[in-house]
Amino acid sequence: MRAKLHHQWYVPYMFLLPGLALYVLWMLYPLGYEFYISFFDWKIMPGQTSEFVGLENYRRVLDDRNFWLALENTARYTVITVAGQMVLGLGLAVLIDRVFTGQRLFRAIYYVPVVTSWVVVSFLFQFLFVSHPGGLVNYVLVEMLHVLSEPVAWMSQPGTAWVIIYSLGIWKGVGWAMVIFLAALQGIPVELYEAAAIDGAGEWRRFRFVTVPLIRQTTLFVMIALIIGGFQAFISVLLITGGGPLHRTEVVLSYMYDRAFGRLWFGYGAAISYILAAIIVMVSALQMKLFSRPVEY
Amino acid sequence: MIFANTRSQRGFQITILAVLCLGAVVAMAPMVYMASTAFKPNAYSPEFPPTFIPDNPTLKNFETAFSSRNFVRAFFNSLGVAVATSALVTTLTAMMAYAFARFEFRGKNPIYYSVLAMMMVPTMMLIIPQFMVARRLGMLDSLPGLVLVYTAGAMAFNMFLLRGFFETLPRELEESALIDGANHFVIFARIMVPLARPALSTVAVFSFLGAWDEYIWALTVLTDLEKRTLPVAIANFRGQHASDWGLVFAASLTAVVPTILLFIFFQRYFVKGITAGALKG
Repeated sequence: MRAKLHHQWYVPYMFLLPGLALYVLWMLYPLGYEFYISFFDWKIMPGQTSEFVGLENYRRVLDDRNFWLALENTARYTVITVAGQMVLGLGLAVLIDRVFTGQRLFRAIYYVPVVTSWVVVSFLFQFLFVSHPGGLVNYVLVEMLHVLSEPVAWMSQPGTAWVIIYSLGIWKGVGWAMVIFLAALQGIPVELYEAAAIDGAGEWRRFRFVTVPLIRQTTLFVMIALIIGGFQAFISVLLITGGGPLHRTEVVLSYMYDRAFGRLWFGYGAAISYILAAIIVMVSALQMKLFSRPVEY
Repeated sequence: MIFANTRSQRGFQITILAVLCLGAVVAMAPMVYMASTAFKPNAYSPEFPPTFIPDNPTLKNFETAFSSRNFVRAFFNSLGVAVATSALVTTLTAMMAYAFARFEFRGKNPIYYSVLAMMMVPTMMLIIPQFMVARRLGMLDSLPGLVLVYTAGAMAFNMFLLRGFFETLPRELEESALIDGANHFVIFARIMVPLARPALSTVAVFSFLGAWDEYIWALTVLTDLEKRTLPVAIANFRGQHASDWGLVFAASLTAVVPTILLFIFFQRYFVKGITAGALKG
């Protein structure tokens, strides 16, 4: 039995108070305040009054073609980068788990992109993808691998500009997924693999019937965290394409930011934020429901 | 894995190593290329073919970057903001996590879950109301204001991580200290904090990096050139010297090198921090 420590009633509150005060002021209160703002034509200039408009902001957002385009772009970015990070992250983790030497070194190398600043790597990827034939990506694709016959002007149209943003998202995130998968793989008892091998299961069947079911909780966690991360994509878009041309490469947050701080449509931006949060919560809840079946051996 | 070390096993190992090395090249090449460009003179457009070792390496780009007074300023602003954020996050989340791990009290679960639920909310989503709050409190163009917002944003995850750690610590020490008449605050400071040092280091490192790299909020609230943080200053270099890549990357390296050093020194804390969230959650 683990009895809780005896204490004066106010002691735990004293421990909580300073942190909780900051948390309420900068997180919880803003969360409610934003809901309030979303029902107003919000004005911040002195002398102007904010007009209550009911659901008008939400109605206008849902009628806004650029919002739907941004949402579609965000969803596509999320699907592509989450799939890329999970497949490569798991693949690398399986290989690192198997390799006899250099485990820690490989783990460290793959993690370096994760710790570098988004601002820096956004500019770095712009540079890697410059249209010049000596741009690193063009050079590798044209001169080394010969998969393209001439250099691409990556920034010239939305389709190829997205390639830059997707590549960055995957390159920067793989190491994170790998570290988590690797920890999960290393937690699987070797006896299970030995038993499966004695029963005649080959590499693939051991992976499919021992590894995959045992790391399901981890897979769920990684997927949810990456999806939330995907919906938060912003800095790379802002710095690489700026959302342009004509909002064609906008994601939800960059569009929200542009409406709020570019046009000073704060009520409109608040409505976009709430719609995005609702989508994230629904997607996460749906995944937990789908994945929460008990593990079968 | 411990299967027979046959010849096919050896071939298998070599294949794995080859794939991992290829992956390592893809992971590192962009960073190495950036570093080498920072040492190239007049790197306005890429050379053909690209080179990873500059022909005439120079420190000129770094000299130009550091001769800008505001850039040096930005470096120290970022350092101050990140150190303060790290100290504040570590102290406050440790206290909160300790309360949740060790005490029973009224409202415990509702408070705990309302903090935890915010892990799901994208921080960027709150930028509009946070801006309004900062404006009303006169904290828009202020570095302490940055520290407070960064601290609040980092709280949920780190508190969750530390609560898990405190729960693994044995209670006997605290119980005997209580019997000896020590109060809870002394126990926390003298017994729990030293025991929790590995977990606290994880939190300190993560929150330092978060504050060091943050861009959007700083961009939005800071107007005074002297208050800029490093990411804002780098983006500004890029805006002003659009194709002077050598200069942009010299400035970038100044921001990136400390984070990579931090990562190398504290590697095991990183791994603990990242995986604690995953395996317990």
